[in-house]
Amino acid sequence: MLRFLADRLLAAIPTLLLITIIVFGLQQLLPGDVALILAGDERDPAAIEEIRELYGLNDPLPIQYFRWFADMLQGDFGRSLRTGAPVGPMILEKLPITLELAALALLFSIAIGIPTGIISAIRKGSALDYGANIVALSGISLPSFWLGIMLILLFSVQLDWLPAGGYVSPLEDLGGNLARMIMPAFVLGTALAASMMRHTRSAMLSVMRQDYVRTARAKGLSERTVILKHALRNALVPIITLTALQFGTLVAGAVLTEQVFNIPGFGKLIVDAVFNRDYPVVQAVTLATGIGFVLMSLLADIGYFLVSPKLRG
Amino acid sequence: MAVTGTLQVPERRQRSRVLRRFFRNRPAVIGGVVILITVLVAIFAPLLAPYDPTATDWGKVRQAPSAEHWLGTDDLGRDSLSRLIYGARASLMAGVVSVLIAVGIGVPFGMISGYVGGWLDAVMMRITDAVLAIPFLILAIALAAFLGPSLTNAMIAIGLSASPVFARLARGQTLVVRLEDYVQAARSIGAPHVIILLRHIFPNILPPILVQATLTIAIAIIAEASLSFLGLGQQPPLPSWGGMLNTARSFLYQAPEMAIWPGIAIFVTVLAFNVFGDGLHDALDPKDE
Repeated sequence: MLRFLADRLLAAIPTLLLITIIVFGLQQLLPGDVALILAGDERDPAAIEEIRELYGLNDPLPIQYFRWFADMLQGDFGRSLRTGAPVGPMILEKLPITLELAALALLFSIAIGIPTGIISAIRKGSALDYGANIVALSGISLPSFWLGIMLILLFSVQLDWLPAGGYVSPLEDLGGNLARMIMPAFVLGTALAASMMRHTRSAMLSVMRQDYVRTARAKGLSERTVILKHALRNALVPIITLTALQFGTLVAGAVLTEQVFNIPGFGKLIVDAVFNRDYPVVQAVTLATGIGFVLMSLLADIGYFLVSPKLRG
Repeated sequence: MAVTGTLQVPERRQRSRVLRRFFRNRPAVIGGVVILITVLVAIFAPLLAPYDPTATDWGKVRQAPSAEHWLGTDDLGRDSLSRLIYGARASLMAGVVSVLIAVGIGVPFGMISGYVGGWLDAVMMRITDAVLAIPFLILAIALAAFLGPSLTNAMIAIGLSASPVFARLARGQTLVVRLEDYVQAARSIGAPHVIILLRHIFPNILPPILVQATLTIAIAIIAEASLSFLGLGQQPPLPSWGGMLNTARSFLYQAPEMAIWPGIAIFVTVLAFNVFGDGLHDALDPKDE
């Protein structure tokens, strides 16, 4: 177990290092002089030179990178060019909002994706399976931000049942929080549900070919027991792993969903940062999502390891 | 001559078999027709559009659909139908160009990685892993932010972000094909590596890359629409479907119809590419059925 964990961690380290190099490299894409951008309205050459010294822009790139990297290891992700506030706490402050959205979205996608996946696996080749496949394909093809706009049109503009957006802390007003979260969570959930359904279907199909499922049937167990107790329980492992790898879809979807519904989360932070040309914030958010993905795949590996006897042996 | 003759016959037969399988798949054929129509609309936009898509008219702001303006007008009095028609250009161009960029970078990268192997392969694949770790749209947003917002930069950003998928695919395929007899034979007679890669390996790894490219066009069109929706793609006043939805979002209470058609256009086009790609996949690789 320890050996496996150590192997996985070691393999993740070069990936993490390369992610930091890519994110650092982003700023080399900036057209023109970085010092001029940092200076804002300041046009005095002496002042610009001062900024260049202050940020170490006269140093060779590798030195700049190592300084940036060392700061980051100490938890210093730079300062916002806009407000001067440290970026790390800015991200941490927004994170719970996006995590709530993501958790609710996962609930939606599980509630939609897993039952439909099971049904289309059991009724493989039937009209139901065919229909579910069309729905999944449509779900993949539907731009989530447009689905969000359509829901606002229906439930906020036409019916006036739900607020069109915004955010209220669940600690202050749980009802108001859920009323504002239900549409965005559904939108983000459908983006995931399609792939969840496809994963569930193929995992169930491969499990149902296994000997233990045949044995369970031969014992005379009811079809319901066979499916839920024997097949689904084993199919859940690949479903959970593949879902963990959908982290990217979830984060990217959150950016658009938060924009549509005006939710002040992690995704809104990066979009606002882009428009304010607040490059350190853009870099820090990009880095955080990359690291988040590597950690999620590590967790998926560990989860897989814990439940799969073949790997353990 | 005799040798080439015996080689060509099964190849041609195989090609017609693939085509026959594809045409039996009705949704895929419909997808192909929809793609063709969208391409024609984009090409002949100046002939089809009833108005100039950027011509404003302050006397006709946010009008409901009428005989004069079939889909109404937007917040600046521009004809929504004309903007929708011209918007097909931005979407299709972004889809195709960014996938060409992704293929152009990813496929040679992956082929070299898989063909050379060893430590070079290990390093190249770690780089691919690192780019793949950053969520596709986040990387595209970050790249577009640093490059500056424009349709060209959006296409570059999407292309770069999508390239690791092709690198992985090309590498995996190259690893398989590398061991085939014809590659070994070419090697044994001393053919240069470039020739082996281009003439012997590339044609044989092409089918899965084509399938992936079709499906990635679908992803790229949504990504371009997303970037334009966020204001990082096609810049106003030029029309794009994502940009139209961005504008529409501000007028949901005053002009709800502005938000409907651009979304349907994106959805139908993307669905067409997805269905077409799935059909292509099934036709080229029937063992999956």
